[in-house]
Amino acid sequence: MIQALVFLPLIGALIAGFIAILGAHGRNPSGDEMDHAHDDHGHGDASAHAHAAHGHDDHGHDDHDDHHHVAEPAALGSRAAELITAGLLVVSAVLSWMTFVDVAFMHHDARIVLLNWINSGDLQLSWTLRVDTLTAVMLVVVTTVSSLVHIYSLGYMEDDPNRPRFMAYLSLFTFMMLMLVTADNLLQLFFGWEGVGLASYLLIGFWFKKPSANAAAIKAFVVNRVGDFGFLLGIFALFMLVGSTDLDTIFASAPGLTGKTINFFGWHADALTLTCLLLFVGAMGKSAQFLLHTWLPDAMEGPTPVSALIHAATMVTAGVFMVARMSPLFELAPNAQAVVMLVGATTAFFAATIGLVQNDIKRIVAYSTCSQLGYMFVALGTGAYSVAMFHLFTHAFFKALLFLGSGSVIYAMHHEQDIRKMGGLWNKIPFTYAMMTIGTLALTGFPFTAGYFSKDAIIEAAYASHTQFAFYGFLMTVVAALLTSFYSWRLVFKTFHGEPHDKKHYDAAHEAPLWMLVPLAVLGIGSFAAGFPFKELFAGHHVGEFFRESLKMNPHIIEEMHHIPGWVPYVPTVMMVLGFLISYLFYVRKPYLPVELANQHPLLYKFLLNKWYFDELYEIIFVRPAKWIGHFLWKKGDGMIIDGLGPDGISARVLNITRGVVKLQTGYLYHYAFAMLIGVAGLITWFIFGLGGQ
Amino acid sequence: MTITTAGYSLLPVLPELMLAVGAMVLLMIGAFNGPKVTGLVTTLAVCLLVVVGAAEIMLPAGKHVTFGGSFIVDDYARFLKVLAIIASAVTLILSREFLADQSRRIFEYAILVLLSTLGMMVLISAGDLIMLYLGLELMSLALYVVAASNRDNAKSTEAGLKYFVLGALSSGMLLYGASMIYGFTGTVSFAGIAAEAKTGNIGLVFGLVFLLAGLCFKVSAVPFHMWTPDVYEGAPTPVTAFFASAPKVAALAVFTRVTLTAFPGIVVQWQQVVVFVSLASMVLGSFAAIGQTNIKRLMAYSSIGHMGFALVGLAAGTQEGAQGVLVYIAIYVAMTLGTFAIILTMKRNGQPVETIKDFAGLSRTNPIIAFFFAMFLFSLAGVPPLAGFFGKFYVFMAAIKSGLFVLAVVGVLASVVGAFYYLSIVKLMYFDEPVGKLDPMRVELRTVLAVAGLFNVLFFVYPAPLVSAAAFAAKSLF
Amino acid sequence: MILPALFFYLFASICVASAVMVIASRNPVHSVLFLILAFVNASGLFVLMGAEFLAMLLIVVYVGAVAVLFLFVIMMLDVDFTQLREGFIQYLPFGLVIGAIFLAELLLVAGGWVMNPNVTKSITAAIPTNVSNTEALGLVLYTKYIHYFQLAGMVLLVAMIGAIVLTLRHKVKVRRQDINVQNARNPELAMEVRKVATGQGLQDADAGSWVK
Repeated sequence: MIQALVFLPLIGALIAGFIAILGAHGRNPSGDEMDHAHDDHGHGDASAHAHAAHGHDDHGHDDHDDHHHVAEPAALGSRAAELITAGLLVVSAVLSWMTFVDVAFMHHDARIVLLNWINSGDLQLSWTLRVDTLTAVMLVVVTTVSSLVHIYSLGYMEDDPNRPRFMAYLSLFTFMMLMLVTADNLLQLFFGWEGVGLASYLLIGFWFKKPSANAAAIKAFVVNRVGDFGFLLGIFALFMLVGSTDLDTIFASAPGLTGKTINFFGWHADALTLTCLLLFVGAMGKSAQFLLHTWLPDAMEGPTPVSALIHAATMVTAGVFMVARMSPLFELAPNAQAVVMLVGATTAFFAATIGLVQNDIKRIVAYSTCSQLGYMFVALGTGAYSVAMFHLFTHAFFKALLFLGSGSVIYAMHHEQDIRKMGGLWNKIPFTYAMMTIGTLALTGFPFTAGYFSKDAIIEAAYASHTQFAFYGFLMTVVAALLTSFYSWRLVFKTFHGEPHDKKHYDAAHEAPLWMLVPLAVLGIGSFAAGFPFKELFAGHHVGEFFRESLKMNPHIIEEMHHIPGWVPYVPTVMMVLGFLISYLFYVRKPYLPVELANQHPLLYKFLLNKWYFDELYEIIFVRPAKWIGHFLWKKGDGMIIDGLGPDGISARVLNITRGVVKLQTGYLYHYAFAMLIGVAGLITWFIFGLGGQ
Repeated sequence: MTITTAGYSLLPVLPELMLAVGAMVLLMIGAFNGPKVTGLVTTLAVCLLVVVGAAEIMLPAGKHVTFGGSFIVDDYARFLKVLAIIASAVTLILSREFLADQSRRIFEYAILVLLSTLGMMVLISAGDLIMLYLGLELMSLALYVVAASNRDNAKSTEAGLKYFVLGALSSGMLLYGASMIYGFTGTVSFAGIAAEAKTGNIGLVFGLVFLLAGLCFKVSAVPFHMWTPDVYEGAPTPVTAFFASAPKVAALAVFTRVTLTAFPGIVVQWQQVVVFVSLASMVLGSFAAIGQTNIKRLMAYSSIGHMGFALVGLAAGTQEGAQGVLVYIAIYVAMTLGTFAIILTMKRNGQPVETIKDFAGLSRTNPIIAFFFAMFLFSLAGVPPLAGFFGKFYVFMAAIKSGLFVLAVVGVLASVVGAFYYLSIVKLMYFDEPVGKLDPMRVELRTVLAVAGLFNVLFFVYPAPLVSAAAFAAKSLF
Repeated sequence: MILPALFFYLFASICVASAVMVIASRNPVHSVLFLILAFVNASGLFVLMGAEFLAMLLIVVYVGAVAVLFLFVIMMLDVDFTQLREGFIQYLPFGLVIGAIFLAELLLVAGGWVMNPNVTKSITAAIPTNVSNTEALGLVLYTKYIHYFQLAGMVLLVAMIGAIVLTLRHKVKVRRQDINVQNARNPELAMEVRKVATGQGLQDADAGSWVK
């Protein structure tokens, strides 16, 4: 069952990929360069070309030459590819719910060894599927959202000629994510980790003819490399300390590591703290935490279903999952936990502030995602891993809902994403409006929605925690709750209420097809239903029984969460209401207010609008020096030193030496005689001064 | 058969006596008949060399020593003497055309080559420093004269003069070194020196350096090589062929014999000198050749480089190394003579052409010559399976076994650089536009070319005779 | 013993000093004369060693023949020695450095020089009094050292051949005396009578035949 659930998406991906390749072949049977797309589109373009060309090589002689050639036709079998991948994903989702029940409630944890992978000295690895409650929760999240997104894509992508490729990528992503969450050792985890990174890159750059999409794809990939490097170093450190990358071995020997140090250029770092921090750097990259967050908003260049699946519900939560998975280590490294808390709280606040002023509907949701991920890390920092997983779980539903809802709006507005050009859409697309409102309620933590339980639990945990930055975490999450409420309602008000700003699009707006609405409905239900039923399992007294060995919780945090002052649980709700009211005031009652405010505080407004100038800062700190170094290495390093001393250079030097040597040959007798005398003098001097090693 | 004089057995020097007497007889023939017998004298000189070579081979086996240890005939001497005689004889054959010209009918040319060869044989057999010096001078003096033998040509006379002056300087150095060695050891015989020279006394090393400087000049090893390009270019081409072959054999022979038999006690010291000149020669020979436009100058640098490679084997200081030197020099002589047969062929409308550009497109005008030349060039560059590769192989193996890795590595790198200029000629011949057909090739050149070419190409099929002869020869030194 | 020592130092110092002057003097003729002085002093040193044959040989061969030949050659050649000297000055620093290095090294070697006892023995061996110097040389030169002697002869032979090859020219245009031709000559052959037109003189065109 588990194998089927993990590998069905891969099968789907392969089938869809095959169809995509045939389609590419059909469009371009001769294998020549495509006549369009010759503009400077960067790497995505090239890779897609490579893809197409590769496919042609493999299947160049299939009988598909009779395929008719209209401009950008969808490949033959596109619909089949979509249905197959979506169908397989639905099966996979059903299976994962069954697994969830089986594992979480029947306590049937599983270890399935698939095959040996690496046998190299101390490094013994096999492909193993590890399923415990933590994994099961992730399986449910991933497959459910993924299957819904697949179905949604049937409608959303119906105009796109490259649908099979899109579905293949989606399914490939899903498979990689499943590999990630079922990993039994860190290397397999890393495999999935990089696999989802690859799929993310491919999907962000799916419309590879758009330079901005390519740039965003590269940016996402490069920023993630920074985190991955930290993650890799963490894996290396663990292997150095423990001699294994196997999770159970690591956890078993983790208590013995306390107090150990790693000598790093004479700096005796605490082994566990250092390792955890390195792992956390990986999580920061994947989960777009403060300082490594810059890729996530840009990743919105990808198709909206991708944003919903990867950049809201699943991949970005991989960092949260990883930290939760490594909870036995983090529990032993309180300093690392404090850093997690600090970074998480900062991200929650910081991303929310940026979300206040953004105008791109998807970017607002993206910053919201960033902020919510910060919440999860705050929970991780307190040691309440289950609470973080709870928020991850609920967030997956309502954030996917918001994204898919946004997608529906965008679909209705013919790919217009600027909320300033929307307005008054509520009567045009009432179903979407309803669903977006549900999502917003859940996100802002309206009582009894999913977000209400999980977010409150995080804020309570932050309050109850005793780590260094606990109060900071509490403060930031509360403020962020206010901000979240404000910008979420701002989004709703500007999109669905007020006067339509773009009459043409407004008039043409229409409700999306059923393929898109059904997933919205399912997610809408999830946004309500994912909260209360699971509250006790994730944040109540049943946590230990529910997660058992899969999480090593801070032993006191759940207890303390239930003994906090009575006003604390009401703070987020108050904040939510406050945010709603301000938003209502600003965007429904007195729409001139925000403009005035922006004019009164231009610096602050600019600061937020430009996302705290992080991109500019990175441009100056990293990109330009990197380009400069690249240029330097290219011109000086490669051109002058490598080429200069290498191939080109050697021949040039040879000629130089030759010229010099030939110049010595003056033709003058006394020069020749002199050379002989110098030779003899040199040799004798060599011996006289004892250099001859006598 | 026991011939003696003043109590010394003359049997070991029989070939030398035959050569000396024969040369004087030929001199009389020439003197009384004038320039018109030049061709006859040359032919007879070749015959004489053949007879002398045969006599050398037919001497009773084993080691013969005469003149109180001054003259040694062993396998080593026999091997190299035969090689030198062959080289001289071939050179004479190659010179026939040069001597056939009305203005250059000098019958003395052949006599000088014979006397020079006599000097080489003495040099190869020398058992003490005086014999060494006399042999060296006999050989060199004749060479100075033949270098200038085209006396109406400024370049030729310049070459002879330069060679003479620098040769005198090097002889001076050699004598100075020899006197110091005598001063330290109290003897001039190699065996006696070996018995005395057990430690690297600075005075002895001083003398050794001077002695080796003189010998390095003769093998044209860097930094005593400066005369080589000018002399090679200036001297008449057959003379250049002679310079590049027989004297190199003799000089290398005495170099090896002196170092290995007279100074086995201070190997460490002379090894450093040899390593240095070997390195310098390989590197300079390879690099400087690239800049040349004249084929004879190029061959000069090529021979400098090849002497460097040969000395790699000597630097090893082992029997294997000596064997490598012998194999190397034998193969080198074959390649060089073959190459010069081609250079001598390079004539258009009766005028010799010497620039490298003149080889352009040779593959289309004279495909057979081009093929052979390409083979020689590949062989000189050390491309397997041609003979040149085996020469390098043996010396480098010996060097590696003696732990001289730097030498071997630099040698290989130098041969890579060297390949550059050899192959650039091949490229020129096979890919560039032809500049015109050559004059027909003379029959003796064809013969030499064919023999040398076949040796070069087919050496790998049956290398045993040469390699085992070299092994025997090297063994007799230890 | 004081007198021989005195003469030794006299000869030796003059020898070295004149050798220096050979190089240093500006006039090449002076150089040759200093060279002769050096030879003479060297032969004086030989006399002091009891090698009177070598001493006389040096005087006769080197002074009497070689150096005098040098003198002739130098006087006959038209060489601009000041121009040669320019190059000399130009390279003097390098030459001096190398020379200084050699000198220093030689001194170092001389400092640590250990003459082999064999050499000392042969140098200090008593000169036989029963045979003359010349006779003693002859006794070994043609017996014990016959091979060296013969080889040296071959070297001289080569030198001779070389000299002839490089310098002897059978020039066609060189006028040589041929007595038969001279005797066979008569007025008819030697003279030609021509009639010259008045006031016209000899024509250029006739010049060739006229000279003959």
